Amino acid sequence: MSRLRKIFATDSYIVPLVAILMGFLVGAIVMLFGGYDPIAAYSALFKRVFGSPYDFGEAIREMTPLMLTGLAVAFAFRSGMFNIGADGQVMIGMTAASVVGIKLGGVLPGFLLVPLAVIAAAVCGGLWAGIAGYLKAKRGINEVITTIMLNWIALFLSNYIVRTFLLLQGQNRSEDNPASLSMTFLFSTFDNARLHWGTVIALAAATFFYVYLWKTKQGYEMRAVGLNPHAAEYAGMNVGRNVVKAMFISGVFAGLAGAGEVLGVFHYQSVFAASPGYGFDGIAVALLGLTHPLGVILAAILYGTLTYGSAGMSFGADVPPELIRIVIGSIIFFIAAQGIVRWVLKPFYFKRKKEKVL
Amino acid sequence: MDFVVLGQLLNTTLVFSTALIFASLGGIFSERSGVVNIGLEGLMMFGAFAAAVGGYYAQDAGMGEWAPWVGVLCAMAVGVIGSLIHAVAAITFKADQTISGTVINFLAAGSTLYMVKLFFEGSGETPLIDGFSKVAIPGLSKIPVIGEGIFNSYPTTYLAIILVIVIYFILFKTPFGLRLRAVGEHPSAADTLGVNVNKMRYIGVMLSGLLAGIGGATITLTTTGTFAHNTISGQGFIAIAAMIFGKWNPLGAFGAAVFFGFSQAIRNYVQLFEWSKNIPQEFIFMIPYVLTIIVLVSAVGRSSAPKALGEPYDPSKR
Repeated sequence: MSRLRKIFATDSYIVPLVAILMGFLVGAIVMLFGGYDPIAAYSALFKRVFGSPYDFGEAIREMTPLMLTGLAVAFAFRSGMFNIGADGQVMIGMTAASVVGIKLGGVLPGFLLVPLAVIAAAVCGGLWAGIAGYLKAKRGINEVITTIMLNWIALFLSNYIVRTFLLLQGQNRSEDNPASLSMTFLFSTFDNARLHWGTVIALAAATFFYVYLWKTKQGYEMRAVGLNPHAAEYAGMNVGRNVVKAMFISGVFAGLAGAGEVLGVFHYQSVFAASPGYGFDGIAVALLGLTHPLGVILAAILYGTLTYGSAGMSFGADVPPELIRIVIGSIIFFIAAQGIVRWVLKPFYFKRKKEKVL
Repeated sequence: MDFVVLGQLLNTTLVFSTALIFASLGGIFSERSGVVNIGLEGLMMFGAFAAAVGGYYAQDAGMGEWAPWVGVLCAMAVGVIGSLIHAVAAITFKADQTISGTVINFLAAGSTLYMVKLFFEGSGETPLIDGFSKVAIPGLSKIPVIGEGIFNSYPTTYLAIILVIVIYFILFKTPFGLRLRAVGEHPSAADTLGVNVNKMRYIGVMLSGLLAGIGGATITLTTTGTFAHNTISGQGFIAIAAMIFGKWNPLGAFGAAVFFGFSQAIRNYVQLFEWSKNIPQEFIFMIPYVLTIIVLVSAVGRSSAPKALGEPYDPSKR
């Protein structure tokens, strides 16, 4: 309980909260400049998300990959690396889940097939990220470049695999995947919204993130390497091994996001026209969540609500849905530049102190 | 492959490289001053958008051949304004530089499309404009291969090549360049010697916005003719790769940008060969990215970033 209180200690939630409000304010100002009604737009946004069980379920679906890619980016961040490659790792995860699900579909029973497809996605995503970790550890190559390059390679490799081995006759997508993560028992409650076990996996991953990084010796090493690799090396830690391990775990999270999308939402895999962008959303979610697992979950909820609701905003108030990216960008800006938020809050703090004195 | 094709390949390579050259030169200014610039992608987006809109209205106003230059000027201005967001957060408010750079990418993606829809009645794309036309340099353009390849290009390509040399000179041969590099390597030492660290960093970041803006502009004004959500699609990140690949040196970044441009151009030409028919197209698309990793592994080795890169400067921490 005391720990919970510490997480929600005054400062750690007031600053993000005010940052969020200021982000919405920026969005409102931008809307006013464009001649839109911000109140109508924001209420349309929230009505879209919370208006019907179906939309609420779909919003949860939208949040799920965001949580996992957010965790992926945050985990790498904590270990001192910038993983721009979550996008590629998601695609590789999707492809692995598709290959295992479709190719072994007739061979294995469901209770073996589904876990195997999920594990394949996790491991392949991890290995894909591990390439960047290995190249950084062994050759000192900046992970920003390698993960960007690996994103493109993942895109084309996934397309090649789907096109060559999994294609449904005459179409640009794979056969249907017999492995399914859908939570069918919830379908009637949520009007057939595509809820799936990936959400549970994401929450478990966040728990793992917290326990591993803050409760184990290995996690301690990883954070030490992230904070100061030279000091960690001096203290006898194997920096290179930690770098590879951290990237692997980061990629596992991203790979799981891919499994959730393929096995829980679409049940097939399309040939990608372009990079799907999960990884870039993940960067935003990780930053919004201050790279803390609990923060990442909350950030994914916020981000998912805003992006899912933005469609409602464009139907309901005619506001281009892109506006929501301005809101999100501003929120991240204010969270990053906390000095601005503290400056805004200063008069309030001052007043409160004065009252105490009196 | 005959000479004509070779010349065309060289020409296409340079067209694809131009935007990358500008943006990576911009990145060099920012990072040499000690400020990470993950936001090049967004800054290019701002530039591409401003060039498309500015060029459109200038063309509408009957400025003819000068219209694209108006577009470039708009791109420079908007690029600088965009980069100020990064500068204020990262330098004045000491925010994490990776984060404030990412903010640029977000704000750019959102605000440019928002404004396109606002300006052009809900359309997701700006109207098609004429853009630059290629200028043949008299005499030189008659040289085989090189004439077709280099001396028959867009004015922006010439400008990019000239800037590489100018910026190399500025960075390594002028007092300004020395100060900028000093601020990125050892800010407290530079401060002791009377260099205003924050001012130099602001200049570095603003120059990166200016150049990345031009980079974005060249894409709308030479290749696409319009601005839409996929106009930049990762070019800014590739420019970052080119900058790191080129070891934060203008000449190196130029080489890397040309390398990326070449590997993008070669896709269009590899299909001319009979043997390429047996290779799945995906593997041809992969060439630039796989090549980059191979080259990095085999040749470049440890990268040499400016020492104070990513650290906000805090005078009290000396």
